[in-house]
Amino acid sequence: MSKGNGRPFRDANALLARADRIRAQRAKLKHEIRICAGPGCLALGARAIHEEFLTQISEHKAELKQAGLALNTTLAEKCTGCHGMCEAGPIVTLEPEGTFYTGVKPRDAKKIVERTLLKGELVDKRLYELGHQRGGGKVEKYADIPFYSLQVRVALRNVGVVDPTSLDDFLAAGGFRGFVRALSEMTPDEVVTAVEDSGLRGRGGAGFPSGRKWRSALRVKEDRVWLICNGDEGDPGAFMDRAIMEGDPYSVLEGMMIAAYALGATDAWLYVRHEYPLAVKHLQMAIDTLENAGLLGDDILGAGMSLRIRISRGGGAFVCGESSALMRSIEGRVGEPRAKYVRSVEKGLYDQPTVLNNVESFTCVPAIIDRGAEWFASMGRDKSRGTKAFSLVGKVKHTGLIEVPMGRTLREIIYDIGGGIIDDRPFKAVQTGGPSGGCLPADKLDLPVDFDTLTRAGAMMGSGGMIVMDDHTCMVDVAKYFIHFLIGESCGKCVPCREGLRQVHDMLEKITSGRGEDGDLEKIERLCHTMEVGSLCALGKSAPYPVTSTIRYFRAEYEAHIRDKMCPAGVCPDLIMYEINKECTGCLICKDHCPTEAISGEKKKLHVIDEDACISCGICMSVCKFDAVDIKSGGVIVSRDEAVV
Amino acid sequence: MRKVRPTLDDTARMMSETNETVTITIDGRDVEAPAGAYILDVAGELDIDIPSLCAHPGLEPFGACRLCVVEIQKPGWDDWYRQLVTSCLYPVADGLKVWTNSEEVRRNREVVLDLQLARVPKSDVIGDLAREYGVERTSYAERDTDDTCIMCAICVRACDAVGRSAIATLSRGPDKYVDVPDKDACIGCLVCAHLCPTDAIAFVADDNGKRTIWDKQFDLVTDERTGEVLGTPEYLEHVRQRATDRGLRWPDEMKHESAKVKRRTYSSKLARVGRIEEPAE
Ligand SMILES: Cc1cc2nc3c(=O)[nH]c(=O)nc-3n(C[C@H](O)[C@H](O)[C@H](O)COP(=O)(O)O)c2cc1C
Ligand code: SF4
Ligand code: FES
Repeated sequence: MSKGNGRPFRDANALLARADRIRAQRAKLKHEIRICAGPGCLALGARAIHEEFLTQISEHKAELKQAGLALNTTLAEKCTGCHGMCEAGPIVTLEPEGTFYTGVKPRDAKKIVERTLLKGELVDKRLYELGHQRGGGKVEKYADIPFYSLQVRVALRNVGVVDPTSLDDFLAAGGFRGFVRALSEMTPDEVVTAVEDSGLRGRGGAGFPSGRKWRSALRVKEDRVWLICNGDEGDPGAFMDRAIMEGDPYSVLEGMMIAAYALGATDAWLYVRHEYPLAVKHLQMAIDTLENAGLLGDDILGAGMSLRIRISRGGGAFVCGESSALMRSIEGRVGEPRAKYVRSVEKGLYDQPTVLNNVESFTCVPAIIDRGAEWFASMGRDKSRGTKAFSLVGKVKHTGLIEVPMGRTLREIIYDIGGGIIDDRPFKAVQTGGPSGGCLPADKLDLPVDFDTLTRAGAMMGSGGMIVMDDHTCMVDVAKYFIHFLIGESCGKCVPCREGLRQVHDMLEKITSGRGEDGDLEKIERLCHTMEVGSLCALGKSAPYPVTSTIRYFRAEYEAHIRDKMCPAGVCPDLIMYEINKECTGCLICKDHCPTEAISGEKKKLHVIDEDACISCGICMSVCKFDAVDIKSGGVIVSRDEAVV
Repeated sequence: MRKVRPTLDDTARMMSETNETVTITIDGRDVEAPAGAYILDVAGELDIDIPSLCAHPGLEPFGACRLCVVEIQKPGWDDWYRQLVTSCLYPVADGLKVWTNSEEVRRNREVVLDLQLARVPKSDVIGDLAREYGVERTSYAERDTDDTCIMCAICVRACDAVGRSAIATLSRGPDKYVDVPDKDACIGCLVCAHLCPTDAIAFVADDNGKRTIWDKQFDLVTDERTGEVLGTPEYLEHVRQRATDRGLRWPDEMKHESAKVKRRTYSSKLARVGRIEEPAE
């Protein structure tokens, strides 16, 4: 399908007319094949599948024609952004019927063309099975999968729907309606008012009301205001912003264009994480296309507005996502945070007024302008309005990228959308808010997920990471893991963060290795308090949350490590022992596998593990077919391998 | 013109010649202060002692050592609510209330010094300060090292001010350290070593007409008449270059500030050594 007509749009009407024309064309489509080319599916071979579809379509040209299907008029195919359910990839969907194929292989293209397109039959084997497991029950359409049906997609509205490289596709999906409305029907002031009324709060972490930020920028009377979009997304495991930038780059740009109109900005930066080359590519393509189409550059749509958007590749560190560090990084200096007693709307980039928002925040804006502030504000709860994207990972059946209205409970997200815990094990905790977020226990499952509730509970919204943990997780170990991550990410500028993280890690190491002493917890809490109130930037200020939240909700587990030298979850290697029980059939497998030859025993006789030689690697447990190896900690059996029960 | 936060030179200027003043309350005293000046500077004028390690009047504030934290309350806040802020970076505004030595402030300084003591157990400066806050021995895991660098980055900023930018912080997190990646950039002026609050930079000022710092050896130029050491040839060339770049007359005989530098005389003149405004007499 054509990717734009090459001539700049004279005015808003010309743009809208083009959108109408494309929509009229699209109305003739009987089938559209959408091949997911998100990061997960690409890695699983989406490109080859796409090519095979093209081959099959051309090989079956005659039959397809007989069935009234001609490529580019009544039949279309395209690669889209991420569908969010990467574990089930590669994903292929058929529109308008909404058929959802998973685990598609290149050879399936032939079957899908021959059976589904030509005969209207389903390719059973590739249908999604509920719970993503055999016997879960097959589902035909993705509207019937709770993972999708319970979502409300605003920021992700076009991700997985449009071809991210096609302006026409974006226009057909309603793209630029918001921008055109702002430009031709609203004053800058009205745009800011709409964003204020929508209740939109920053999706990048701090949850600052976007409208208020824009309003204060309007009040600063300076000629020049910079606009920056933060696409650094350094949280491990988070990929909301990535999915948007790769799968719907035009919406990000449209959001920035509306902001630029409202704030009178003529220069904007898109700061994209270093590890996201595809996002850079798609965004740059989109920028180039918009420049050619007269939607970026000078005299945009003949309305006299000018805007230039440039891409800056991130500095490659988590802390570069922090706003003041990010600005320094764009300036070409070391990405270290500064104290922010003077707001960046007054002195930001190059000490000039700057408005910085996150990718998801900007992406919500066109929808707000197009559909109205009331519509956006009608979703959500309390002071958290609208929807929020999350990346749901960990021990949950359906992992992936989701978006729900603010205020859904953790239980709804984890159990209804996520399908519950893998193997139906007990839920232990969920960590929200990225590496420096907090861990919430089972009795907080009914908490509504919104900015303020999470913060009150000692966790945070952050940018929307959610890591689900089951009962095989040691919370002290989890805290140590995140502190370890943060040590590597601290910029090392200020004392509480630099020295504090090192010391907290040391103390956690001491506790998990059985050397904990009375008073350690109090010492950690004292240190965490100083890090929280005394660090220079939000990385150090929030770095203690993984520790403080686990101490708050799982204190007994810490105390067990310290007092009883016991790891109740059976995780910390120095505190556990493996022991062979009566189920042992004397098969010699564990003995053969033990790397330190700590197991003795003869065929058909009970084996024994020599405690002194055992290094707690757990290999014996994983190879035993008879569930004959137990984990003991503090003298009691703490965990039994139930995988084979 | 809109009011902006004073930067480096502005601060000093505003302290002396600004016309706009604000009224703030600092430890219960109502005082007038130049608008936009930093709390630390205002307190200094009033002889209120706020400990600080990374601040220097001639350098851009940095906010790394976290010793200078104070509690503040802005007008309009709930009576019970105070916030901990970095006084070396926090500009005063009308109605601001400041507590420089409250329990919360002392508690945080104590933890910060406790952490620093674990980092540099051999530093007397840190040891003395820590003792003032009741820390005799660190409660954390002590580093086994003679190094006394506390990463205040004064050396880095001073070298920037000199115009050489030879010193950089490298790596990040707890592994961060200070070094001279490009030895050619160092001119052996010793400003960094003299400004270092914990004497962490080893140097030999004058050993038989040679000077050593950052593992680099320099020759020395002396005043023929008085025998006084003027500096390294690299340093003299640098100052001459900077002066001529600014169209300043270069006097035949010039006495160099650095030769007279006393250790830790925190005079702003010193840090301005590289930013010569007019030729010295
Ligand atoms: C250590 C650290 C990392 C951050 N990383 C990001 C990031 O990757 N993306 C982002 O949008 N915001 C990030 N933030 C938050 C930004 O500082 C800033 O608050 C946000 O981008 C503002 O946009 P918003 O108001 O639209 O959320 C980070 C903050 C900290 C302290
Ligand atoms: S809190 Fe950590 S990341 Fe932030 S400035 Fe301090 S050392 Fe750097
Ligand atoms: S003097 Fe303010 S942080 Fe060091």
